[in-house]
Amino acid sequence: MKRMRAETPINFLLAGLLLLVPLAALALEEPFYITLATRMAILALAAVGLNLALGLGGLVSFGHAAFFGIGGYTAGILSTHASNAQPLMTWPIEIGGSDNMLVIWPVAVVLSGLVALVTGAISLRTSGVYFIMITLAFAQMIYYFATSWPAYGGEDGLSLGLRNAFPGINTALPLNFFLICYALLIAALYLFARIRDSRFGTALQAARQNQVRLAAVGISPFPIRLAAFVLSAMMTGLAGSLFADLNRFVSPSMLSWQMSGELIVLVILGGTGRLFGPVAGAMLFVLFEFILGGFTERWQLFLGLILLGVVLFARGGLLGLLAGKVRHG
Amino acid sequence: MAEAILSVRNLRKSYGALTVTDGVSLDLCAGEIHALIGPNGAGKTTLIHQIAGTVKQDGGTIAFLGRDIGGLGVAERARLGLGRSFQISSLAPEFSALRNVMLAVQSQQGSSFHAFRPVMRDPSLTEPALNMLERVGLAGRAHVTAAELSHGERRRLEIAIALALCPRAFLFDEPMAGMGPEGSKSLTGFLNDLRQEAPILLVEHDMDAVFALADRVSVLVYGRVIASGSVSEIRNNAEVRRAYFGEHI
Ligand SMILES: Nc1ncnc2c1ncn2[C@@H]1O[C@H](COP(=O)(O)OP(=O)(O)O)[C@@H](O)[C@H]1O
Ligand SMILES: [Mg+2]
Repeated sequence: MKRMRAETPINFLLAGLLLLVPLAALALEEPFYITLATRMAILALAAVGLNLALGLGGLVSFGHAAFFGIGGYTAGILSTHASNAQPLMTWPIEIGGSDNMLVIWPVAVVLSGLVALVTGAISLRTSGVYFIMITLAFAQMIYYFATSWPAYGGEDGLSLGLRNAFPGINTALPLNFFLICYALLIAALYLFARIRDSRFGTALQAARQNQVRLAAVGISPFPIRLAAFVLSAMMTGLAGSLFADLNRFVSPSMLSWQMSGELIVLVILGGTGRLFGPVAGAMLFVLFEFILGGFTERWQLFLGLILLGVVLFARGGLLGLLAGKVRHG
Repeated sequence: MAEAILSVRNLRKSYGALTVTDGVSLDLCAGEIHALIGPNGAGKTTLIHQIAGTVKQDGGTIAFLGRDIGGLGVAERARLGLGRSFQISSLAPEFSALRNVMLAVQSQQGSSFHAFRPVMRDPSLTEPALNMLERVGLAGRAHVTAAELSHGERRRLEIAIALALCPRAFLFDEPMAGMGPEGSKSLTGFLNDLRQEAPILLVEHDMDAVFALADRVSVLVYGRVIASGSVSEIRNNAEVRRAYFGEHI
C-alpha cells in the first residue's frame, strides 16, 4: 500500500522550483521576480481552495472570486481602520481595525466561510449549468455591491498604506512576504492531501462520481458538498487577503467574473483534482502572463488557445501529461 | 407467517398515461427470499426504486421495520437498513472495488466528516471491506477500479457494498444478469445462505435461480401483482402460465 504516486516527484520538483525562483531573484538582485513568485504562490493557494470544490467535489463554481475578494477587502478594510484609528463599528460593541495578519486571516477565512455557507446552501440545490450560473450570480451581486460602496473606494478600489504586519517578521521585505505565502500554500496543500484521502474526501469524491451511489450507502450528498464548498471558500478567502497585501491594493476586480474564470483556468491548466494541479496551473499562468504579456496585450487569447488544447488533448492538465492518470486507492 | 419487515401497500406510480405500479402490495418477512418476477417492462425496477427512495411513489405506503418510510430520502432509508443493488450497476467508477465497499463501511460506522485520517491506512475500514469482497469472490480484484471490472464483477461488487451496510433487508435487482451459468450458480448458493442475515426481495429473470431460492414468488404484469404464492403454486397457476410463462413450463 506504500506505493508512491507517479506524480510525487513532480510535486516536489514544482514545490522546489517555486521556492527557488525568489532565492535566485535575490541572488541576481532582481526583486521583481520575487513578486512574480509571490503572485504564483497566492494564486496557487486560491486555486487549491477551488480545487477542493471543483476537483474533488465536481462543483464548478464560477463565483470563487467572491471569496477571493472578500478576503482582499477584509485585509483592506481592517488595515485602513487600523491606520486611521477609526473604529469599524461602534454598536453593539466597538470593533476597531487591525494591521496584524494573524487577526486579518481568521476574519477573512470566517467571513468567506459564512458567505459560502449561505450561497452554497442555495446553489447546491441546483446542479450542472444552473450551479455555474447561480454561483456566478452571487459573485456578481457582491461585485456590484463593492463598486457602489464609496466608503471603501467603490469602483476605484482601496489602497493599503503599508503591508500588514506579521509578529516578528518584517513583511515589507519581499522575500519575507513570499515565504509567508509559500508556507501557507504548503499548509493548504497538506490539508488538501489529508482531506482527499480521508473519509470526508472519499464521500466528496464519490458525490462527484455518482451521487445516487453515495445516497444508496446512506450518506446524504448535500451536507458533504456544502462542507466542501465552505472549506474551499475559506482557502480562497485567505489567498485573497494575501493578494491584497501583495499589491497593497484591493479593488472590485478581485471580485469580478474574470477572476473566477482565471481560477478555474488555473485548476484545469494544472490538472483538475490533482494535489499540485493548482500550483502547476498558477506557475504556468503567471509565466504566460509575464512572457506573452510582454509581447502582446492580447495574451489571454493565446492562453485561451492553450486552454482549448488542454481540454481537448490533455484532460488531466499539465500534471496529467507528466504523471499519467490519477490512481485512487 | 412471521412479521413483515418490509410491507408495501397499494403502491401506485404512473409516468404520464403509463401506469407502472398499479396498486402493488407485498410483504417481505424475516428469513425469506421473496422473488419478484415478470416480463420486461412490468415495473419491477421501478418498484425497487420506490422502495429504496430513488423514485417517489404517487400513492400508497411503504413500511419498513414498522415505520412509514414513504417520505424519507434515499440516504435515510439506507441508514435504516435497506441495502440494494442496481440493475444497471451504479458505482463510483474511479474508485477501486475496495474503496467502493469502504464507502459503505464508513457510512455504516457513522460519521463521514472525519477529514484527516487516510482511509486506505485505516484497518477498521479496509478489513471489513476486504472481507465483503472475499465473500462475493472479488478479493483478488480489490484494487481494480470499478470502471475496469467486468459486467459480472460489477454486479458482485454491488452485492458486496450492500453486505457492508449490514442491512435489515436486501433489495436485489437482477443480480445474476450478465453473469454466465457458473456465476449464477455460485451466486444462487450465496443468496441461499444470505437470507439468514436479512430477507431478500429478489428481482430475477433466471427462473432456475428463482425456483431454487424463493420462499415466495410474486408475479408482476403491467404494474400489477397477478399472483403471489409458493414456487409450486406459481408454477401451477393458470393465469401466470398464460400471462407470463407461455409454453415454458
Ligand atoms: N423515468 C421514466 N419515465 C418514463 N417511463 C419510465 C421511466 N422509468 C421506467 N419507465 C417505464 O416503466 C415501465 C417499467 O419499467 P421497469 O420498472 O424498468 O420495468 P422492469 O424492471 O420490470 O423491466 C417501462 O415501460 C419503462 O419504459
Ligand atoms: Mg428492470
